[in-house]
Amino acid sequence: MKTVYLDNNATTQVAPEVIDAMLPFFRDAWGNPSSMHSFGGNVKKHVDKAREQVAALLGADPSEIIFTSCGSESNNMALRGVVEASGRYPHIISSCVEHPAVLEVARYLNKKGCRLTELKVNGGGHLDLDELKASISPSSLLLSLMWANNETGVIFPIDEIAPMAKEAGLLVHTDAVQVAGKIPIDVKKVPVDLLSISGHKLHAPKGVGVLYIRKGTKISPFILGGHQERSLRAGTENVPYIVGMGKACELAMEHMDEEQTLVAPLRDRLEKEILKICPDTRVNGDPNARLPNTTNISFEFIEGEAILLGMNEHGICASSGSACTSGSLEPSHVIRALGVPYTAAHGSIRFSFSRYNAGEDVDIVLKHLPGVIDRLRKLSPFIKH
Amino acid sequence: MWEYTDKVMDHFRNPRNTGVIEDADGTGEVGSMACGDALKLTFKLGGDGRIADAKFQTFGCASAIAAASAMTELIKGKTIAEAEKITNQDVANFLGGLPGEKMHCSVLGEQALEAAIENYRTGKPAGVKEIEGRVVCHCFGVTEKEIEHVVRENHLTTVEEVTNYTKAGGGCGNCLDDIQEILDRIAGEKPKAETKGKTMTNLERIKLIEQVIATTIRPALQADGGDINLVDVDGNRVIVALKGACASCPMATYTMKGFVEAQLRQAVSDELIVEAQ
Repeated sequence: MKTVYLDNNATTQVAPEVIDAMLPFFRDAWGNPSSMHSFGGNVKKHVDKAREQVAALLGADPSEIIFTSCGSESNNMALRGVVEASGRYPHIISSCVEHPAVLEVARYLNKKGCRLTELKVNGGGHLDLDELKASISPSSLLLSLMWANNETGVIFPIDEIAPMAKEAGLLVHTDAVQVAGKIPIDVKKVPVDLLSISGHKLHAPKGVGVLYIRKGTKISPFILGGHQERSLRAGTENVPYIVGMGKACELAMEHMDEEQTLVAPLRDRLEKEILKICPDTRVNGDPNARLPNTTNISFEFIEGEAILLGMNEHGICASSGSACTSGSLEPSHVIRALGVPYTAAHGSIRFSFSRYNAGEDVDIVLKHLPGVIDRLRKLSPFIKH
Repeated sequence: MWEYTDKVMDHFRNPRNTGVIEDADGTGEVGSMACGDALKLTFKLGGDGRIADAKFQTFGCASAIAAASAMTELIKGKTIAEAEKITNQDVANFLGGLPGEKMHCSVLGEQALEAAIENYRTGKPAGVKEIEGRVVCHCFGVTEKEIEHVVRENHLTTVEEVTNYTKAGGGCGNCLDDIQEILDRIAGEKPKAETKGKTMTNLERIKLIEQVIATTIRPALQADGGDINLVDVDGNRVIVALKGACASCPMATYTMKGFVEAQLRQAVSDELIVEAQ
């Protein structure tokens, strides 16, 4: 059975070119980049090159790139680092639809004594920019907002928000984990101070992330005990993964156009056909302002885990905001924040594409999904039969 | 991904007895779409007083579907009195077990059956859940009575288990302390077993001490990373060894006297003296 992988916001296939780029640094060039001998020292050039490749994707200077172990670490480092460096318990502004790696850190800092504003979103998943402006006070230090939402793909207008927040004297962090490689990022044009990305969301392996830190930003070290990563994040460099991350960023630039020409049309066809074939379905979020690869669809009267397992029988991989899949008993905080009724939140399914998908994948979903939905609805006590 | 047994997957893929019996003798509806799972169970009695047919409809995950399907299979051919004895554990056992976090699916099955039998006996409309007693968890509408029932029937000892079985505490978490209190109360009354006060042989006495350690004391210590072993019983002297985190705990003396001895005195005899090995 063919695996139809439509869960790319969860993780992505490692690009074959990335694997090829990494392998020599396991087998042959395994030296320590900090060594004085050339066997190790030569490895440093490859770390430097990777830093340049990442910087190029973001429009940054290589000296502004810090390698971390994952997107969650980047987010932790950004929030905790600038708060600690401020020497006070400042006001932090964020939103209620952030990834837990931001939201839980912000709430942790809140418990420690920082004031926290969690901005609400409307039914389309958008912020009220007036509310955002009004929330800024003299004690505000940091605004942390995701560039695009992992569950709905809804894009926040960071290009519009960042200048406004900078003008008000705030530091701006954006969790761009879902954006990198999908839509262009240019920190020369968008004045964010900190930006997080994750390797495994853009065809590098799990275990490597990046925090962009604009020159001059006051931030405390996250891991002490070494000079690596400008002493902000000590620890011997994870060379193969850093090299892989660099290669993945280079590939992302080369393939960026395909997100619009190849990926978005696949997503659009799947979404359009599902809405046509399956009654009582709805798209969550704003279809006009979202990532090219994501759609989040609610199937009323049935529950997400059952839909996922039903699709799994046909080799189809997707994810759900239902309570049962999250391991908690409440449906996704993002879907609920949009005001989606519980009844539809439990039956929400996210399909997320990548450049490795093809029309055949959409065909397979359209062949099997209606049967899965129909079978579960026949079991449901909430539908008129 | 959940580890479901083959039997769970079979009943998810091919649920038995789906639908509604139009002229049912008993109908039970429990849960709600808001809570993430709901179940409607109907049954029809045959001329011999046994359940001739049972059907279900469910809104829920794979294990909710499988648990409902299992319940209909279990009750078919049984008298009402026999069906009434079926517990959520029977449903879980029938399916070869359920993941801990999914036990509430089997509890939903038991509740639907209870509601259907209640509807058969009283004729009261199905689906109207009467709130009996104090509501503990407001997120999922779980009452003290329901929690007590599930705790006793399944011998639950931790708040997490109560959440897994009833969903109580799985929302905002404000009722977690309440749930702990209910657990403490039930744990406190358990060992009172009729035996206390009676004249016991030495053997009965040792057995009872062992039982109290196994059911009450050890789970509580293990929850804190410790453990306890019974070393010897000499008259009224009970000699035990604290293990794990308890052994090196600065509170060990308190644990020994304030908890272990207190529990044993309450359950076995007021004259007991607990000592460390």
